[in-house]
Amino acid sequence: MTNRLTVPKTYKLFIGGVFPRSESGRIYEIVSAKGDFLANAALASRKDAREAVVAARAAGKGWSGATAYNRGQVLYRVAEVLEGRRAQFVDEIVQQTGASAAVAQAEVDEAIDRWVWYAGWCDKFAQVSGNGNPVSGPYFNISVPEPTGVVAIIAPQDTALLGLVSAIAPALVTGNTVVVVASERYPLSAISLAEVIATSDVPGGAVNILTGSPAELAPWLASHPEVHALDLVGAGDLDWVDLQIAAAETLTRVLPPENGTDAAAPSLQRIAAFTETKTVWHPKSLV
Amino acid sequence: MSRTELQTLPERAVQLLGGQPDDTTLRRYLHGLPGVDAVGLEQRAADLGTRSIKTTSKAWALDKIIELIDLTTLEGADTPGKVRSLVAKALNPDASDPTCPRVAAVCVYGDMVPHAIEALGAAHGDPDDGGVSVAAVATAFPSGRASLEIKLADTAEAVAHGADEIDMVIDRGAFLSGRYGVVFDQIARVKQACRREDGTYASLKVILETGELTTYDNIKRASWLAILAGGDFIKTSTGKVQPAATLPTTLLMLEVVRDWYRATGEKVGVKPAGGIRTSKDAIKYLVTVAEIAGEEWLQPHLFRFGASSLLNDVLLQRQKLRTGHYSGADYVTID
Amino acid sequence: MSFLEYAPAPESRAILRLRDEYGLFIDGEFRPGTGESFATISPADESHIATIASASDADVDAAVVAARRAFERTWSKMSGRDRGKYLFRIARLVQERARELAVAESLDNGKPIKESRDVDIPLVAAWFFYYAGWADKLDYAGLGADPRPLGVAGQIIPWNFPLLMLAWKIAPALAAGNTVVLKPAETTPLTALLFAEILQQADLPAGVVNIVTGAGATGATLVRHPDVDKIAFTGSTPVGREIAKAVAGTDKKVTLELGGKAANIIFEDAPIEQAVDGIVTGIFFNQGQVCCAGSRLLVQESIHDEVVDRLKTRLSTLRLGDPLDKNTDIGAINSLEQLGRVRELSRIGDEEGADRWTAECVIPDKGFWFAPTIFTNVQSSHRIARDEIFGPVLSVLTFRTPAEAIEKANNTPYGLSAGIWSEKGSRILAVADRLRAGVVWANTFNRFDPASPFGGYKESGYGREGGRQGLLAYLKAPSTTAGIGK
Repeated sequence: MTNRLTVPKTYKLFIGGVFPRSESGRIYEIVSAKGDFLANAALASRKDAREAVVAARAAGKGWSGATAYNRGQVLYRVAEVLEGRRAQFVDEIVQQTGASAAVAQAEVDEAIDRWVWYAGWCDKFAQVSGNGNPVSGPYFNISVPEPTGVVAIIAPQDTALLGLVSAIAPALVTGNTVVVVASERYPLSAISLAEVIATSDVPGGAVNILTGSPAELAPWLASHPEVHALDLVGAGDLDWVDLQIAAAETLTRVLPPENGTDAAAPSLQRIAAFTETKTVWHPKSLV
Repeated sequence: MSRTELQTLPERAVQLLGGQPDDTTLRRYLHGLPGVDAVGLEQRAADLGTRSIKTTSKAWALDKIIELIDLTTLEGADTPGKVRSLVAKALNPDASDPTCPRVAAVCVYGDMVPHAIEALGAAHGDPDDGGVSVAAVATAFPSGRASLEIKLADTAEAVAHGADEIDMVIDRGAFLSGRYGVVFDQIARVKQACRREDGTYASLKVILETGELTTYDNIKRASWLAILAGGDFIKTSTGKVQPAATLPTTLLMLEVVRDWYRATGEKVGVKPAGGIRTSKDAIKYLVTVAEIAGEEWLQPHLFRFGASSLLNDVLLQRQKLRTGHYSGADYVTID
Repeated sequence: MSFLEYAPAPESRAILRLRDEYGLFIDGEFRPGTGESFATISPADESHIATIASASDADVDAAVVAARRAFERTWSKMSGRDRGKYLFRIARLVQERARELAVAESLDNGKPIKESRDVDIPLVAAWFFYYAGWADKLDYAGLGADPRPLGVAGQIIPWNFPLLMLAWKIAPALAAGNTVVLKPAETTPLTALLFAEILQQADLPAGVVNIVTGAGATGATLVRHPDVDKIAFTGSTPVGREIAKAVAGTDKKVTLELGGKAANIIFEDAPIEQAVDGIVTGIFFNQGQVCCAGSRLLVQESIHDEVVDRLKTRLSTLRLGDPLDKNTDIGAINSLEQLGRVRELSRIGDEEGADRWTAECVIPDKGFWFAPTIFTNVQSSHRIARDEIFGPVLSVLTFRTPAEAIEKANNTPYGLSAGIWSEKGSRILAVADRLRAGVVWANTFNRFDPASPFGGYKESGYGREGGRQGLLAYLKAPSTTAGIGK
């Protein structure tokens, strides 16, 4: 039996729909649970983060301007492609984390199913969180949720895929665009997810994925004036209070860290946290 | 097929407006026109775009498109050589098929008019007679930002050089700031400048630059204004600003000329220009003309495509119909 | 040659793979019906398409039994997440087979391929896609946490939008956890049967959806079946009345989507050009065979002549003919029976003193056709202003003031839909407030979306389809106590 030589994958960043290396040229080594070399992951710099924010901002108009139906279809497509590459994701998780195949499979299955859950919210969220308001006067009055804009996310750090998916998907539902810093220890699934996203009709720049050090990148994202919301769900080990203070400078909406296996569990609040409610008045008169 | 005598145009305008064409009177008239619902308009355009034009209808349409093209070069880098190349293409669009019809006109900058006429030679003439006309852009094209005197001089020179048609631009700044009287006056004066010594007039196309007017209500008002002031054609764009021609915009302008015809019995032409690159798109425009204004509008004196790359796409389609297989870029010539 | 006489642009039938004979779809498979089979024909040329099984009482019972079993053993035990996955699969399969379904629909119903391709089938996919996402979110439907399905739903649909009406019924029912026995209309069973094949491709568990073809008797049996928990009906008001009577005293939940005589109100400050398009869409889309059709034009008197004039010009560009030609705007009337009704009511319009005008169309020799027709000088007391014609016939009335428009618009036992055309927002909203209609379209008409609830006031029925509200018809709160008599 011949031992076929593999063609190892190169893992880069995912910004603006393409896969660039870090502008700093830096990488860091990813080893398996057993200590074997797996890959070099890009070590993103603050400039990469800045570029990612620019890309996310540019993609906002198209993504939020798409119909809710279209967004739902695109997100469902991500789930389809993810499903098709299930084995690859399972394998990658096993390699990075040392988890058993069964545990890894459960994680991938749950990640796909959570993605589907969120996809189905796109064309319904406004119906449960918006409403007509019975104001006392001759006015038509309606409240609707709108996307807040660019959401920066520090993904949960102790899972390779599930935490990442659980943090990204809810932000995308109403039309936000996303810059996410993946798990520092297990970044490879994040870039594989980027490949799925890149082939699922998601507009370039709607999702941007940085690998590297959350400690290094988070402060720059927190203080960036064009980041409208900051999800610190995976920032529990950082000086996150400082991040919150930095974000307060520009009144960025902040979600605090969550720990444990249930971090970023699916909920309507996760979608709502990244929306603004707009209320419109219009007079009514017959004469 | 030109408009009524110039002398009666101001009278006609005054009659329709109920007063002199000043800002106030024009505003009252133009803002009194029924509004345009953009979603509905765009929906109608999309519906017209679903017409399936095949076989004999398609063959007819492709030839008709060519016959309605103003083959255009409007670059700062234009030279007599470039213009000669354009004219050669206009006269003989498909080197592999001499039965291919000629375009309606070539469209160039005013100072290139003599070179165009020289290159056309005996073929210079009315497209109805098998000739090719020369259209010149004028009035400080494309911006229109110059004094009226300069715009009139620009026009007069092109006419004196022999241009058959003048494509002028309106003063968009004046329009958007509500100075409709200024816009009207400029069009009327440019129309006068189109008068030749023998008493005939060059045909005047009025470019609205719809991409800068932005709203459909504005485009509708500007269309009526241009026609009231004496334009023979209303034209969408200079091609230098995006968006240029769109199907909904052209649809709207065709509705205006149809309504003008209902009101006065006169026929005014429409020219979408810029951004129409494929036969598929151009066919949608033909359908729109036929179903909105009427088939009579599908002739060079009432409808033109301002285009350059469209011609070759039409030729490729035409070749496919003739040979039964797809053609390629090497089989159409450069203008 | 006239350019406007577009060369034929036929959509090919080659994409269809039809059987000569279709059975009933019960418990996941096709099986012969024990009733007397019948033919389905193309109303455009009266040609035979396929032989269709008819479900006898025994067949209906078998279907209900299958649905009940599937409900008890499989569907009610399945997670919402998994129900949603099945519905997503169905949506995707409909998208994949969209072209085939559109051709089949036009063939069987008579509507232009342009409409089935661009409106009907895309909406079918969208409906399944939308409700797929609700299946695991029922806590947010508005009934509190953990609402329950009703059980077995008996669903009876009309012939005017065959596959779309099927989607409107099945998608929310399944999302909410119910199982279904559905009876397509007698003249349009084809796409429902192709849909059954799609269900097999989606691997939907047997018995969750059952399709029983047949005529009115089959529907009546389904309505009366004691083990059906819910009846959903779309069709005529007279039949809806019968159904409401038939379920009286039982625990059966009912929703009805019935007829209409919608007023399309054009104010003098309307965007006239788009309003004319809206009038045409309102009454001539689907040959006017639409419950929410804008069949009464209420035009402000000051612009009446201009609007009617423009309308007639516009109608002269409509093309009547082969439904499978991509340039056809007006297709065939669905059946000889329906054609007879349209002709009869039009005759009454003549008798009542209204003025008839018909667009010039070349009527094919075979098939069921009615050219677009306008009646002007119609008064509120005329029958053609009150009775639903369900064909390409518009009745034109006038009004002087907004208040009068509203009064005339509401002066009907129906209340399904209405249209308002005006550039003045405050007027639109105030008029919308006062119209007794379940769907109000302002500066548009006949727009449908799975996220938008649809249904009527008064004799146009009750219950809503579409949107979050559309789920409520198929759910009950968990703490619901026993029903009447238990």
